[in-house]
Amino acid sequence: MKKDEERRKKSFTRRALFVGALQGTILGVLGGRLAWLQLAQGQRYKTLADNNRINVKMLAPSRGRILDRAGVPLAINDQNFRVIIIPEQTGNLETALSRLQKLVELSQNDIRRVLTQARRNPAFVPLEVRDNLKWEDVSKIEVNLPDLPGVSIDVGQIRTYPYNDVTAHLVGYVGAVSRADLDSGDPMMRLPGLRVGRTGAERAFETLLRGKSGTAQVEVNAVGREVRELRRQPPHEGADINLTVDADLQIYTQQRLATERCASAVIMDVHKGTVYALASHPGFDPNLFTRGLPAEQWEKMSSDPGLPLNNRAVGGQYPPGSTFKMITLLAALEEGLVNRNTRYFCPGHYDFGDDRFHCWRRGGHGHVNAITALSESCDVYYYKLATEIGINKLAAYATMFGLGHRLGVELDEERPGLMPTREWKRGHIGQAWQPGETIVASIGQGYILSTPLQLATMTARLVNGGYAVTPHLLAAAGGQKTVHPETFPKIPVKSAHLDIVMQGMNETVLGRRGTAYGSRIETESMGMGGKTGTSQVRRITRQQREEGYRGEDLPWNHRHHALFVGYAPYQNPRYSCAVVVEHGGSGSAAAAPIVRDLLTRAQEIDPASQPLVIERSEAAPMPARPEESSL
Amino acid sequence: MKGTIEIKGELSLLQKILHLNWGLVLLITALACVGFVALYSAAGGRLEPWAHQQMIRFGVFLVMMIVIALIDIRIWHRFAYWLYALGFLLLIVVEAMGHIGMGAQRWISIGPLQIQPSELMKIVVIMALARYFHARAADDTLRLGSLILPALMIAAPVGLVMLQPDLGTAAMIALGGAALLFMAGAPLWIFVSGVVAVGASLPVAWHFLHDYQKQRVLTFFDPERDPLGAGYHIMQSKIALGSGGVSGKGFLQGSQSHLNFLPEKQTDFIFTLWAEEWGLLGGVALLSLFGLVFIYGWWISFRCRHLFGRLLAFGLMMNFALYVFINIAMVMGLIPVVGAPLPLISYGGTAMMAAMIGFGLMMSCSLHRDVKMMRF
Repeated sequence: MKKDEERRKKSFTRRALFVGALQGTILGVLGGRLAWLQLAQGQRYKTLADNNRINVKMLAPSRGRILDRAGVPLAINDQNFRVIIIPEQTGNLETALSRLQKLVELSQNDIRRVLTQARRNPAFVPLEVRDNLKWEDVSKIEVNLPDLPGVSIDVGQIRTYPYNDVTAHLVGYVGAVSRADLDSGDPMMRLPGLRVGRTGAERAFETLLRGKSGTAQVEVNAVGREVRELRRQPPHEGADINLTVDADLQIYTQQRLATERCASAVIMDVHKGTVYALASHPGFDPNLFTRGLPAEQWEKMSSDPGLPLNNRAVGGQYPPGSTFKMITLLAALEEGLVNRNTRYFCPGHYDFGDDRFHCWRRGGHGHVNAITALSESCDVYYYKLATEIGINKLAAYATMFGLGHRLGVELDEERPGLMPTREWKRGHIGQAWQPGETIVASIGQGYILSTPLQLATMTARLVNGGYAVTPHLLAAAGGQKTVHPETFPKIPVKSAHLDIVMQGMNETVLGRRGTAYGSRIETESMGMGGKTGTSQVRRITRQQREEGYRGEDLPWNHRHHALFVGYAPYQNPRYSCAVVVEHGGSGSAAAAPIVRDLLTRAQEIDPASQPLVIERSEAAPMPARPEESSL
Repeated sequence: MKGTIEIKGELSLLQKILHLNWGLVLLITALACVGFVALYSAAGGRLEPWAHQQMIRFGVFLVMMIVIALIDIRIWHRFAYWLYALGFLLLIVVEAMGHIGMGAQRWISIGPLQIQPSELMKIVVIMALARYFHARAADDTLRLGSLILPALMIAAPVGLVMLQPDLGTAAMIALGGAALLFMAGAPLWIFVSGVVAVGASLPVAWHFLHDYQKQRVLTFFDPERDPLGAGYHIMQSKIALGSGGVSGKGFLQGSQSHLNFLPEKQTDFIFTLWAEEWGLLGGVALLSLFGLVFIYGWWISFRCRHLFGRLLAFGLMMNFALYVFINIAMVMGLIPVVGAPLPLISYGGTAMMAAMIGFGLMMSCSLHRDVKMMRF
């Protein structure tokens, strides 16, 4: 019995020791596990814990302003007052909304949207009820805030274009981030409410204007509520940019074009390529786009036959018509086919093979030389030269003077136009070039297409001594003047030949028989030279020719385009200007008077001699908006 | 010889109070205080809603524990089977008419108290088994036939608790019972073959598990499988522990706990909260406190002259240790999430009550270690 007792005691002790050792081991394992987690893996888990609690919020930079060369704002960030509601603070969201509805206009849609968002988000997430509040609404809400728990007014930014349609094409507009932008992988694109440039300068200078987003590290809890801000790196604000245009001249240009149905104009510096005005009519109000365009309005705009969204000044492509004759003449001079005094007789038509090519003047011009052939725009003179020059030579000169390719102005809307060659026709149409087509091309008809910007540049290159100036729009960015070339490569043509061409262009306006004599600038020191152009939209049929058709009787969209390229002052040119009036009838009647007015105004304002104002105080007076000024 | 032992074993009330295991009371209070600090932190630096109530509870249970300790061990011995029967009855009642909680029926409401009979069952199983083996001679214990009844005494409540279904508690009752069998001297081959049998029957058992139990097991093996769903608890707990580092994030600074990434921080995951804020140092300190309690229980058991006290004290200590191991191993991701609180620390009445009753009985064993016990 005693022995049993002893044995049992011993067995108990053995087993108790075993269990105790087991317990000690387990405690050791737990301690080891804790050490493993906290020492070996500590850094990893610290990172994970921080990932849990720290949300990196992007802070939106404010978009840079777009100013004119004098610092006049063309695109600004206006205050956008919004009503914000935080569901958890309202007690009852629906009653809060209906109370709010008594103060400001809320559509059934707004309310439904807010209620849906409230269901999808935690109750502490602020929801935007409405934006673009008027001042009256803001003050009404402010006064009633004590009775509106959970409601607050928030000030955001909204892109605003003070000059509305005047700068619509030039400055463009911003829009919401698109699918493609999101796919670009730029994390900034996920910023709520970010707007990116869609057209015009807004698009072209997007990277300058946008700036860089900042970040704020906020501590959040498990359901995402922000507890506190830990760190903040402020955003890098977008840079203000100055365009080369002059707001006054731009306003004037836009209004002057408004006398026509569809027209566009470019005014630029013949030596530096500085664009002073670039306008297209009809325009539109870009502010509609930033404030959310209703679908029906967009529908109306995009289906408008006047294509108000198109920037015709850089994107409109027209046959240059007689404004191309300078190129043909210069080519003939350079190739030694004619000199200043070479005379031809114009009977009103020119026969080539079996075809008869008509001069625009039915009776013909009689004897014309190089100068008068340009000033009186005799077609036959160029017909005669065309086949001898050949289309490829013609194209080579046209290209040197800026036709048929993009000139590299900053706007994405710029189009290349077209300067055909034999190879081009074979490649694109699959047919051999016909000599008759060279004849048509010599007066800027047929396949040739040019933009107003190209025509203004061509004119500048013709009158600046033959330098290959290129147009530009950016004057300064972020307070830094943009560097543009001061000199341009010399085009390999003889100055004497350029003088002859310029003489012909001067004579066009100044000579009594010149096609634009009626549009001359009387003030001697401001006088302009130039060239009219009337480009056919449709072939004139034999029947129409015989019946003696009148342009005004044709349906509007069958009428000729009216073009004029000019420069001033003619003694020492500074400004070149190209105007295209779509279906305007004739260059001398429709386009030349506009160029006269624009060049007059350009010389009065004389932006070329005005210093660039990069910084401008807020208080500086702004030029009157179009509706407040009179022509 | 007999007489002296008897006289030595009987103590007056005052003597009992003087001889109470004040060291153990101190350890228990220290553990409870860790709990108060953690609960204060869990509430974001406030006494409400947890720490305050836990303190009141602890006060009440402390008195109860001492009362239990002062009651003669022979009374506990006499009523061991009755208490077992009562606990079993309560289990049946809860099965029949308990409230629905966490998808399983576990609670009985008696006035303001919510009692979880399965918690009490763990204690009374040990008591009943201790009495049973106390009554058997050492030789008998080794006979296979005399193990049938104890096996049934364990299996019946385990089966009922599994029906609730509360796998964690069922496993703990079974393990506690098995530990007692082991201490009572059951042949070793039973335990070896038991482990083998359990291993072999795991695939079969898998089919009887509820979906949420399967989820817990699956996510235990691969928490990243479903980091926002079932694996969330384990992931976040490990992140909280690991990010605590050596010295912790500081009192009230546990970002995982305070920003609510850590689930159930005041109950099952309170060890995580503690170790996040106090780091490896705090965690090891807490583990050491528990270790000291085990050693204390071990020592009490060793000093008992009668088998009933030895088995009871050791069994209760084992039971407490199991609680601690399962909870801490769970929050560290060593075993699946089973939903077991950390005794004395976690917020909640039943677990604390069960633990304190256990310590009361343990101390009763200590106070009455030399008394003459009846054989049956």
